[in-house]
Amino acid sequence: MRRPPYFWLQLAFTLLVCSFLLVPVFMSIVAGLTENFFVGVKSGFTTRWIGVVWELYAPTIFRSMYIALATLAVTLVVGVPAAYVLAKRPGMMTRMIEEFLVLPVAIPGLAIALALIITYGGFRDFRTSWGFILVGHVLYTLPFMVRSVLAVLSSFNFQVLEESAASLGAGFWRRFFGIVLPNARSGIVAGALTVVTLSIGEFNLTWMMHTPETMTLPVGLADSYASMRLEIGSAYTLVFFIMITPLLVALQRYGVQSTRTRKGA
Amino acid sequence: MRGRENRFLLLMVAPAIVVGAAFFLLPLARLAVVGATGKLGFAAYTAVVTNPQYFQALASTIVLSVTVTVATLVIAGIAGVFLERNHFLGREALISMLTLPLAFPGVVVGFMVIMLAGRTGLIGEITSTFGAGRLVFAYSIAGLFTGYIYFSIPRVILTIMAAAEKLDPALEEAAKSLGANPWRVIVDVILPALKPALIASGAICFATSMGAFGTAFTLATDIKVLPIVIYTEFTLLANIALAAALSMVLGVITWATLALSRVAAGATAAAAG
Amino acid sequence: MNGKVGTAIRLVDCAKTFPNGTRALDKTSLEMRGGETIVFLGPSGCGKTTLLRVIAGLESPDEGGRVYFDDEDVTSQPIEHRNVGMVFQSYALFPNMNVGDNIAYGLKVHGVAPDKRAKRVDEMLRMMQISELRERRITELSGGQRQRVALARAIAVQPRVLLLDEPLTALDALLRERLRIEIDVLLHSLGITAAYVTHDQGEAMAIGDRIAVMNKGAIVQTGSPREIYYKPASSFVADFIGTMNRVTGTLRDGALELPGGRIDWADQQGSGEMQVLFRPNDARIVDDARAPLRGVVEQQFFLGDRTRLHVTGVADRTVVVETTEHREFRVGQSIGLRIEPGALLRLRD
Repeated sequence: MRRPPYFWLQLAFTLLVCSFLLVPVFMSIVAGLTENFFVGVKSGFTTRWIGVVWELYAPTIFRSMYIALATLAVTLVVGVPAAYVLAKRPGMMTRMIEEFLVLPVAIPGLAIALALIITYGGFRDFRTSWGFILVGHVLYTLPFMVRSVLAVLSSFNFQVLEESAASLGAGFWRRFFGIVLPNARSGIVAGALTVVTLSIGEFNLTWMMHTPETMTLPVGLADSYASMRLEIGSAYTLVFFIMITPLLVALQRYGVQSTRTRKGA
Repeated sequence: MRGRENRFLLLMVAPAIVVGAAFFLLPLARLAVVGATGKLGFAAYTAVVTNPQYFQALASTIVLSVTVTVATLVIAGIAGVFLERNHFLGREALISMLTLPLAFPGVVVGFMVIMLAGRTGLIGEITSTFGAGRLVFAYSIAGLFTGYIYFSIPRVILTIMAAAEKLDPALEEAAKSLGANPWRVIVDVILPALKPALIASGAICFATSMGAFGTAFTLATDIKVLPIVIYTEFTLLANIALAAALSMVLGVITWATLALSRVAAGATAAAAG
Repeated sequence: MNGKVGTAIRLVDCAKTFPNGTRALDKTSLEMRGGETIVFLGPSGCGKTTLLRVIAGLESPDEGGRVYFDDEDVTSQPIEHRNVGMVFQSYALFPNMNVGDNIAYGLKVHGVAPDKRAKRVDEMLRMMQISELRERRITELSGGQRQRVALARAIAVQPRVLLLDEPLTALDALLRERLRIEIDVLLHSLGITAAYVTHDQGEAMAIGDRIAVMNKGAIVQTGSPREIYYKPASSFVADFIGTMNRVTGTLRDGALELPGGRIDWADQQGSGEMQVLFRPNDARIVDDARAPLRGVVEQQFFLGDRTRLHVTGVADRTVVVETTEHREFRVGQSIGLRIEPGALLRLRD
């Protein structure tokens, strides 16, 4: 099939956009593996910078991972049942609860962080623990879990499945765990991937809320960009890419839909 | 029997409500109160308009965000519609690559801008090779602009593609059969069909740019955008009340934008349907 | 489990008003004998599904209503304790389980041991003639296959009553006809009490031992299919089921006088103008010369197994007549009709 000229024009444009997005990624990967980026690749490749990053920032990597997992656990326990209730009893009341639960997405992380610090900053032990960061991350990611599960539950008639299970003798909790949850799995998986991805990359809230003992990976990144040489920042970014890429690939496969409304530069 | 079930349901939604109330509503209320109890009193809220410095920051943040939104919609609109309507070798790979930066936080995006347009950036390298001097704009408002469209393009492309997928090819064929040229088809058929998606993703893009902090922070830009002003007031000047008031104002702006866009997108969708 | 086959169901003063104020069901009392199949028939919104859901326990009746299974008052029992089998219009098979697991679900919930469970599932699959589908995913099944799985799943637990909500509506006409027969045979061979909701009068006629015709939230008539068809209690029932001719004539000297002739009707009391009804197949075409009624063919429709004629001149309006004769009629042709007085109906309303 012959393509019209504007096909090639549009393709060229799209490729240009793609290179705008990917060239810096590629450059930073190279920089992280190069002996001296100012000299160029001819200075030779090395994993030295990654070693330095590991030495300086290893705790932030682990902290980010377990905060992300803790955030996931909380959003699963809190968000999934809430989404189920919202889907089960559609009405004025639940509509308002839904609006309220997704509201944090519409407010800049900076404002939420300030609000949390002003309100709970006085509780020193809480303020300096990673639990404080966890609260921020839960608040910010919960809407994505709720929406993702809600979207799946709204896409099929789970109420009649429940009625049918009930007619066969299944009680409330048996129906929830045996019928509702397994059939909402795709939404839960998509929501979970979104939550973990968002939590690992969260900066706006965390930067304001962190203490030296609760520094996370993105906070460490900002720190390295500001105070370390370019190769170290790049190597650290490379570590971040390695962590985030599997999540992204999984997200692209299972739930690109539910990431559409996310925000937070 | 319904009563018992309702008790279970209440039990299941209660944790979410408690979390939301304790860690969102209550702090936000505190924030609003603290904002009005500084040495300026309630005037802290009007300072964003009356104080030339803050007003300047607000204005430049809005202008920047609007520009970013328009640019992103145009770029992502062209690429998104193209990708949805043409099937060619490597299309899937191209889509994955375009959506890869989806999970980059603002700080990383800022670093990407430094890679492109920083002191050792690619663009400066190219311009100096051509003897035009080293072009460095990462640390100016142009750098911020670059960072924000970098952040927004993947998101908007996805939304546009989803909307373009639902475009009925028959509409376009009908327009062509009535003698419309490609330009008219775009204006009369494609754009109206994409309007709800454009409004929705445009609003998210705008609100995100208004509240973005990570990118500006990494670029350590001299441009005083509102989030940076808030950050400075809070951490460096310890002017907590003013920071609180300004972030309330910022929150209201982003929330109102998103709320309005939903109404507008809903109205257009209803009119189109 | 082990609910004895043929539970009698009794509803006393069951009404249903929804929280938004909609009155879906007026005060209704009803008795279903053990082993009987009763069909709730009516247009959409008549309350038939609500009635079924009250029996099932998915809706509780308004204050004062009671539901009895045999002598046991189950009004306050939720559906999961009533041991009912339910078949839904959408089948409501669990997509996260295969066919075998769907059928075994109720047994598992009731705590039946795995080996007994497997045996019962085998038995059900054989009964529904779908043994080869055991490992299939629900999404791989056709509509008819889903229907059989749904039936098997509902019956597997030996429910006290089987409740079917428009089970054939989602299927195409041919399959519907075949499954209708199978369900009829199945229900009677099991001897189970069954309530069947449908808006399709053909289905109701074929399956019901008794039909309860419903309209606007109330049962308007209960009776055998024949009673409902030939002795409708109201014009609503008459019009809802099949085609009914409605003509006005004058009763005089033991005969009903119509514009096209007269029908002897000696046992009828009274005199004067009255409205009578009759079914299209109760008007027989007879030799023109000696026919008590005469008319002119206005239109004919060949329906395959019968021919439907619109005839003018017989009564004050066009009447519909059906015949199984093979011959073709001409428009404008004059024909003779005979209607047995026993086929004529007078309605109170």
